[in-house]
Amino acid sequence: MAKEVAKERSMIIQKEMITGHFKELGAAKETGKKVVYTFVPGNISELILSFGMLPVYPELNALQSGMRKKSGDYIRDAEQHGHSEDVCTYVKCDVGMMLNGNIGPTGEKIPKPDLLLLSYTGCFTFLKWFETLERLYPGVPVALLHTPYQEAHKITPEMTAYMVKQLKEEVIPKMEQVSGNKYDEEKLKSILRNSSKVEDFIVKIFDTTKHRPSPIDAYFAGVYYIGPINSGFRGTPEAVDYYAELYKEILTRIDKKLGPITPEGEMEEERFRLVVEGPPNWTHFREFWKLFYDMGAVIVASSYTKVGGVYDMGFRVNPDKPLESLAEYCMNCYTNLNLQQRVELLSKCITDYQADGFLVNSIKSCNSFSAGQLMIMQQLERKLEIPTGFIESDLVDPRYFSYSNIKNRLESFFQMLEQRKMILTRQ
Amino acid sequence: MKKYFLGIDLGSTTSKAIIIDDRDTIIGRGITNTRANYTVATEIARLEAIYNARFSILKMKLEDEIESKPEYKKYIKDVEAVFQYLQFKRRLDRLNVQFRDTIEETFSGEKRENISGYITRIVKEIGPSILDEYLNGSLGQKNQFFRDIVSEKYNKEVNLLSKEYFEPMMLVYDKSITHVENELTEYNFRELVYQSMELLNDKYAQIDESAPDETGVGFDGELNLLKGNYKHIYDSLKEHISFVSNLDIHISNMVGTGYGRALLPFPEKSIRSEILCHAFGAHAVFPNTRTVLDIGGQDTKAIQVDSHGLVTSFYMNDRCAAGCGRYLGYIADEFSISLNELGPLAIEATHEVNICSTCTVFAAAEIRELLNVGQKRSDILAGLHRAIVMRAMSLLARSGGVRNEFTFTGGVARNQAVLKYVSELVLKNYGNDIKINVHTDSIFMGALGGAMFARRSN
Repeated sequence: MAKEVAKERSMIIQKEMITGHFKELGAAKETGKKVVYTFVPGNISELILSFGMLPVYPELNALQSGMRKKSGDYIRDAEQHGHSEDVCTYVKCDVGMMLNGNIGPTGEKIPKPDLLLLSYTGCFTFLKWFETLERLYPGVPVALLHTPYQEAHKITPEMTAYMVKQLKEEVIPKMEQVSGNKYDEEKLKSILRNSSKVEDFIVKIFDTTKHRPSPIDAYFAGVYYIGPINSGFRGTPEAVDYYAELYKEILTRIDKKLGPITPEGEMEEERFRLVVEGPPNWTHFREFWKLFYDMGAVIVASSYTKVGGVYDMGFRVNPDKPLESLAEYCMNCYTNLNLQQRVELLSKCITDYQADGFLVNSIKSCNSFSAGQLMIMQQLERKLEIPTGFIESDLVDPRYFSYSNIKNRLESFFQMLEQRKMILTRQ
Repeated sequence: MKKYFLGIDLGSTTSKAIIIDDRDTIIGRGITNTRANYTVATEIARLEAIYNARFSILKMKLEDEIESKPEYKKYIKDVEAVFQYLQFKRRLDRLNVQFRDTIEETFSGEKRENISGYITRIVKEIGPSILDEYLNGSLGQKNQFFRDIVSEKYNKEVNLLSKEYFEPMMLVYDKSITHVENELTEYNFRELVYQSMELLNDKYAQIDESAPDETGVGFDGELNLLKGNYKHIYDSLKEHISFVSNLDIHISNMVGTGYGRALLPFPEKSIRSEILCHAFGAHAVFPNTRTVLDIGGQDTKAIQVDSHGLVTSFYMNDRCAAGCGRYLGYIADEFSISLNELGPLAIEATHEVNICSTCTVFAAAEIRELLNVGQKRSDILAGLHRAIVMRAMSLLARSGGVRNEFTFTGGVARNQAVLKYVSELVLKNYGNDIKINVHTDSIFMGALGGAMFARRSN
């Protein structure tokens, strides 16, 4: 049985923040607060908050359902509703949850959307997802924000202008209409000032994996660390406090030369340092994580924690240019980077954090992540001569998590790393 | 004392054992079908490898004699064949006892008596015919596992009986074979080898008595070498055989691998992933190997290795085993032929029928449809083999392609048609400069890699 692990203060703060958010959502009908459904990658939560509205992220609800072992039934219901086996399982899980009364992770009912803010950064399934929600909630207004893909390896001034135009002409007017409030640029600037602080913390936190042992796991624990910035808190004072506290705790771990915290206590020996590409599996999250920490494998960087924003390459929001900043933030999200940019980013992570291996967890139902992963893997292998591994699972469909297959491949991968270390040390 | 190292590869279909010496030379090989009791499968493979090692050591000791006198070579070959037969015979005797128990438990009255009579006849039939096949070496081309040999002969005999006895006879077989197969029978090497020589001597004595024209060169040229000679060879070999029988083949270290490795009764540090073992084995045999394709019973693995034989990446089939050895077994059943007949038949094709390769079960339905519309069996088989290889090519592409040199391993590498298409498609897709390696021991590569790890970590 897993040992009871003492919770750090930051964990308690995060839990309170999330509980508070769902309580607020549960009371939205009474308080009259408007609810905006939107997606994590390229989420312009600061703008939503500046109108006094509350954000809801369907992917986060789906992953929570996965962790709470409810996704299997939800997916079954969505399939009975007509969604095929090949459809993204986040979508099906979310649809299934709505069909079953839209009860959120904390047990509170999630209110219906007053606005669907469709910012489809790097994932075209998002379009279809909100078309489905539009049918489930007839009459709900949809604001469309098209994020141009970084096809040419960079963000041009025209791309930014195009997005700002959409914000001004499509998104802001719809938000004004739904919320009944006028766009307040000063308020947005003040929220973005907090975002900028949070972004600095995020970079510093994930950069601590440079230490040996790494004080954190940048994937399995990393998904908790990115919780607040991806769930509507990015520009809030609570988020600034949370990240300040988290960073302080991590610095203490570094001082004490402690390894990452796992569900079974501190990892005692760091044997392998990995960079991981792709989202984790949520239905068997603990089992999946255990396969790594039992082997002394720590993830020193992961692309998944950059899905809600990439700050490693220097991007920060500029509160003095609020709309341009939001536009650039969206275009900089991981899945909006072209494949070469992803290779460069991962390559930087592997080098900066001295990884021993690179692993892909390919997701059966996620095209936006899976496309190009083999190419990324092969390029990194050739460029950096780093051992690579490839496993397959799914986001929230429990049918696609094969424990024995994954274990078998991971064992081979870890033995590969071990053998390499042994031979290279001898030379 | 000389040190030996053991590698065990517990695969989904076959269990293999390899013994190497301290210079990585293979001296013993053992293989059996994987069965419910993994420990028994492992032990059978291990014991077989040890017996085989004793014969190898004997041959090494007598290298000069064997080189200069072909009759020595023939004699030892025959002793080995009879030795295998005697092991078979003991298992058959045990199976016979089990048959009786099963009949006793399951049937009564006249039916019991009839079935018992049929079994007596079948067992009497199987024994001698198998001895001939062992001596003629005609089992060499076939699957030599006890279950397969007996079931082939048994089925043939049962088909001659009246239809009403088909079901009960198959029931007797199925209930009995599993019992026997999951029991471990250990043999006394020395005793069995002497028994083999006695049996052979009787057989050779018959040649001595025969007129020259009766055992003409056309029948068995090699056997004539022993005419009038065997007693002398027997006497001079006795001492050597006694030496190898008493030799302590001391296994200094062992490593287990394969899909069932976690179930092997080995300590954790002696368990290695089959990916690493296959790559290491293939790289040891062909040191310029950079890409390994291994097609086993249920897995197809595409592995990239560096100049040290270290794996840099690998890719395996995850959700479907179409295209692996078991798929071929299934197809062989569909055609009512044995697994080893598939490849030769496919090679005879005049053209390849296009087969969709995504699913074993669908492929079987497709075959029936194609037979229905008059396609030739060999052409369908050629298409099937090509489809299998296409799947492997896709895995290879996903693992990073083929780099020079390319080594093909696993049980399926023994299938000539698969080999033909692998060679064809590798050269077509990756250039004619690619050197393709296949070793006669390809099925043992995982076990060899395991034994090599055992030597290095000792």
